Amino acid sequence: MTVLTTPKTAVRLAAKGRPLREHLFRLALVASLVIALGFLALVLYSMISKGMGRFDARLWENMPSIRRPEAAGAQSAITGTMWLIGLTAVMALPTGILAAIYLEEYADRTRWYNRVIELNIQNLAAIPSIIYGILALGIIARVLGLGFGVLTGAIALSLLVLPIVIISAREAIRAVPPSIREGSLALGATQWQTIYRQVLPAAIPGIATGSILALSRAIGEAAPLIVLGAATFVPFNPESLFDRFSALPVQIYFWITQSREEFHLLAAAAIVILLALLLLMNSAAILLRNRYQKRY
Amino acid sequence: MERSSRAATAPGLRLGRSRPRYGEAIVKVVLLVAALVSIATTIGIVASLVSPTIEFFAEVGIVEFVTGTSWGPGFRPPTYGVLPLVTSTVVITLIAVLVAVPLGLLAAIYLSEYASRRVRKVIKPTLEVLAGIPTVVLGFFALTVVTPFLREWTPFDVSFKNGLSAGIVVGIMIIPLVASLAEDAMAAVPNGLREGAFALGSSRMTTSLRVVFPAALSGIIAGVILAVSRAFGETMIVVIAAGSNPALTVNPLQEMVTFASYIAQAASGDIPVGSTVYKAVFAVGSLLFVTTFALNYISARIVRRFREVYE
Repeated sequence: MTVLTTPKTAVRLAAKGRPLREHLFRLALVASLVIALGFLALVLYSMISKGMGRFDARLWENMPSIRRPEAAGAQSAITGTMWLIGLTAVMALPTGILAAIYLEEYADRTRWYNRVIELNIQNLAAIPSIIYGILALGIIARVLGLGFGVLTGAIALSLLVLPIVIISAREAIRAVPPSIREGSLALGATQWQTIYRQVLPAAIPGIATGSILALSRAIGEAAPLIVLGAATFVPFNPESLFDRFSALPVQIYFWITQSREEFHLLAAAAIVILLALLLLMNSAAILLRNRYQKRY
Repeated sequence: MERSSRAATAPGLRLGRSRPRYGEAIVKVVLLVAALVSIATTIGIVASLVSPTIEFFAEVGIVEFVTGTSWGPGFRPPTYGVLPLVTSTVVITLIAVLVAVPLGLLAAIYLSEYASRRVRKVIKPTLEVLAGIPTVVLGFFALTVVTPFLREWTPFDVSFKNGLSAGIVVGIMIIPLVASLAEDAMAAVPNGLREGAFALGSSRMTTSLRVVFPAALSGIIAGVILAVSRAFGETMIVVIAAGSNPALTVNPLQEMVTFASYIAQAASGDIPVGSTVYKAVFAVGSLLFVTTFALNYISARIVRRFREVYE
């Protein structure tokens, strides 16, 4: 009985055709990935090493102060960020998920208006965030008369992350196989019953993952809030929807623009809080995706 | 037609919907309204930009805006030549692309063609973390790490705030975007093409570069254009690291002010509503919006027109 093995000569021939070039190419590929991840490590390391010295209770117990950096904290900014995220979640997530359901389950793609909606969402996802600040400044704050309070900021952030919520929710809904819908419809369920009782429960992990990632984008966003004038010094927590507010990234920007080095340390310490928050949300999203993702 | 199909059903036993379902109709309307919020957003953006922009051009004149070589709304007399902002925006975007496209594409080839499933499962979320770092943090990184490095280790005369540092860090910011969009495009190339190339004796490198890469080219180009549009409108990194004095220059070692960073600077200062400076913010905003809109449109068109559809 003969055993089929690759002849030694063939192996040698194949290796001969794979000269240095191949190895160099592979090396270049790995190197570029290492550089990209190296930057990530460098950013995290430099911020933590700079900010750790100032990372203490003063940061969340005290209000910002312009004259005394040693006593300054970021409490108003942290509270402001919590307000913004809460409001953004309440506004952007339901709207985004409902829009995604419409586009996936109801919209007839041969109709021009549905195609316009779809193209428009793709385009909005790629519009610079500062444009949303202009929208908030020109229309929401002045024409609609909502002023420069935390509500206007949250509306700007909601509109900014809405395309991300819609796109990720659509992907999650699309991943539910048609057979599940057909089964439900065949048993006499209406279309909404099918969506509400079959499709949505199956798509929830995917939707949740996308929603968390969208909110983490909103937490770190500073540009639209700066256009709204949130960069000015705010030493109090917002008490109502129309109060002026600060937010962590805006407070960080404000400290970066100060010339005294103590404020830079303060900025780095606040960055550590911000990054910790984002990392937490990111890991939650990844965990959700890995644990509950169903493959049909 | 109509009549005959109706006649096919026995009388008194109507098929189809027996009673109207108002609940279902209401649900559909609610969902449609949610989808229309995005349309309202676009209309709102255009509405907020159009009228201040028109008023601005009535006061300043489009010729001065387009051909003027000095941007100084705070000067006496104020100057409104947009060219310095244009050159700065283009230079910083170019630097970002030079950093991000080679690194992003090579990383994408590795992830799509070389990496094992396990490696990919670890690296892709890590890249997402890089993509999720707030730009204000990256701006601080540019100012306190990259700029001192450039001033120390390069022979050039790098000023404290400069376009080079901002451009490099904007490039770092868009690496994950380039990598993930390019990887998606290459992962969509069917395996049959790879197997065919291997069967003809191609090495992995030849297969990646001569077969997979060209087959995915339209998706890759569309992704790169999206990344360019992202770099074009990046605000925080530039406003923190590139300074606030606009000059007509292509030298990235100097201070640079882009469209987006000008908007952020001007709007965060106290500017009287209705003044020409206030309107200038909206005029620059219009320019930024129109440019990124065009880039996004081109990207979408490339995907639709040149996509190779398999099976």
